[in-house]
Amino acid sequence: MLRAFRPPGLENPALNMSKYSIFSLVRNAVSYHENWAAAWRSPEPKPEYDALIVGGGGHGLATAYYLAKEHGMSNIAVLEKGWIGGGNTGRNTTIVRSNYLWDESAHLYEKSMQLWEGLSQDLNYNVMFSQRGVYNLGHNLQDMRDIQRRVNANRLNGIDGHVVSPQEIKRAIPEINIDQGCRYPILGASFQPRGGVARHDAVAWGFARGADKYGVDIIQNCEVTAIRQENGAVTGVETTRGSIKAKKIGVVVAGHCSVMAEMAGFRMPIESHPLQALVSEPIKPIIHTVIMSNAVHGYISQSDKGDLVIGAGIDSYNGYGQRGSFPTIEHTIAAICEMFPVLRRVRMNRQWGGIVDTAPDACPIIGNTPVEGLYFNCGWGTGGFKATPGSGWVFAHNVATGEPHELNRPFALDRFVTGFLIDEHGAAGVAH
Amino acid sequence: MLLIECPWCGVRDETEFACAGEAHIARPLETEKLSDEEWADYLFMRKNPKGRHYEQWLHAAGCRRYFNAVRDTVTYRISATYKIGEQPPGEGEK
Ligand SMILES: Cc1cc2nc3c(=O)[nH]c(=O)nc-3n(C[C@H](O)[C@H](O)[C@H](O)COP(=O)(O)OP(=O)(O)OC[C@H]3O[C@@H](n4cnc5c(N)ncnc54)[C@H](O)[C@@H]3O)c2cc1C
Ligand SMILES: [Zn+2]
Repeated sequence: MLRAFRPPGLENPALNMSKYSIFSLVRNAVSYHENWAAAWRSPEPKPEYDALIVGGGGHGLATAYYLAKEHGMSNIAVLEKGWIGGGNTGRNTTIVRSNYLWDESAHLYEKSMQLWEGLSQDLNYNVMFSQRGVYNLGHNLQDMRDIQRRVNANRLNGIDGHVVSPQEIKRAIPEINIDQGCRYPILGASFQPRGGVARHDAVAWGFARGADKYGVDIIQNCEVTAIRQENGAVTGVETTRGSIKAKKIGVVVAGHCSVMAEMAGFRMPIESHPLQALVSEPIKPIIHTVIMSNAVHGYISQSDKGDLVIGAGIDSYNGYGQRGSFPTIEHTIAAICEMFPVLRRVRMNRQWGGIVDTAPDACPIIGNTPVEGLYFNCGWGTGGFKATPGSGWVFAHNVATGEPHELNRPFALDRFVTGFLIDEHGAAGVAH
Repeated sequence: MLLIECPWCGVRDETEFACAGEAHIARPLETEKLSDEEWADYLFMRKNPKGRHYEQWLHAAGCRRYFNAVRDTVTYRISATYKIGEQPPGEGEK
């Protein structure tokens, strides 16, 4: 009966797909929110595209978005073997920061941070980016020296941050334990005020919707099973939904990059490891910032729903199983309980794992490969969520022009031959 | 928790062991003649297969000796362990 009141034009998907705003909210409220158009189409794959992006995680979708937006390439498709954002993008603890030690990584992550700062507006999609600050704790004198050095390096690069004492940490986070007699006493921390968290699913969906608007085809349930090449150049892929031709292919498959490289006939310096996270039952607001400790492999924040979001370290063995071992979780929870004794009786709700692609120098590999027209973006390991917009932005440049952007040039695969590694292990640690 | 069979000590909990990466990577001979590409391949490039993997483990909180294992990287099931220097069991075995 009420349907008679539906404003004209609601059946028109083009109008429904228009901007999200207070007006579209009101307009759709009138029809009980039953007529929102899908945020992106689900087209059948075409036989040929100008470019293909393999992997529909945040990085792949961001690449497609910037390819269309910045480089005018809209006859492209994203091929995802499962559902978009179902890989590490939808499994991570969503920490965003840019306080990396070396110039190369600092510049790349800071580019990403700047894109984060305008992302919800740019995408017209609320990615819930919340700059609530990030603390990186130090537990011994060497940690503190490294923290001093990193904060100084950050400031020289124009990246915000300062070193804080245990008392300052305690003032900001009253529940934290700064007892100097415990196993891993907190001696201080670095603090990046512009760091924070974002909603991971929204990042995937926002980029997907943004790319779709430019005409990019997002094709889910489409696994790439072979990479076709002729005379050293790519010509297309075989997929579970048929063969698709393209002369440019960007591969952004995180934990599966070695599998894809093998299809293309070259080797990668990557090992895939399980990395786990868990969330508690929702509780009242208690942690308003992000606290990370590389030394004890624990990091914690609280989501807007109230769940404590806790990240663990990687399992030492290679694994593609999207689950890790229990001792790793036990280790992390022990660290969290020492840091926050007040949380000892909180119950955990869910636990899961992702497959992270770790590189020998803990830095990504972005750029050209031995096969012409084939580009890889991988190796983000435990810490690539924060880089999602920046990674897509530089990789789009690389795919469109065939040449790396200045920001990703140092991250070429051939750095393992030339020896120009960018060692972020000390500064970024295993957890990101 | 994985149960891992050390070829010297027997079955123990995963927490006693440390995984030490891909097995059967032979250090190249005549290293002074290696090209940068060959060095990179030896030092950094890894098989990282999805499925059957030959890898080294250290019984860190036990006999402190290295040994090799065949493990599936999807199911994590260990189908065999054997001493360093022994031939790995073939594809079809175990
Ligand atoms: C538990 C956990 C916590 C983390 N915490 C943080 C954090 O706090 N902060 C941070 O910055 N980073 C964090 N990370 C790392 C971060 O999640 C990743 O680096 C980042 O999300 C990688 O994004 P991606 O788009 O490259 O990969 P993914 O999201 O994994 O996307 C790759 C996609 O490729 C698809 N794919 C694979 N093979 C094929 C094929 N053959 N054909 C088609 N598609 C294929 C997969 O299905 C997948 O969807 C964490 C990771 C995990 C697992
Ligand atoms: Zn032993």
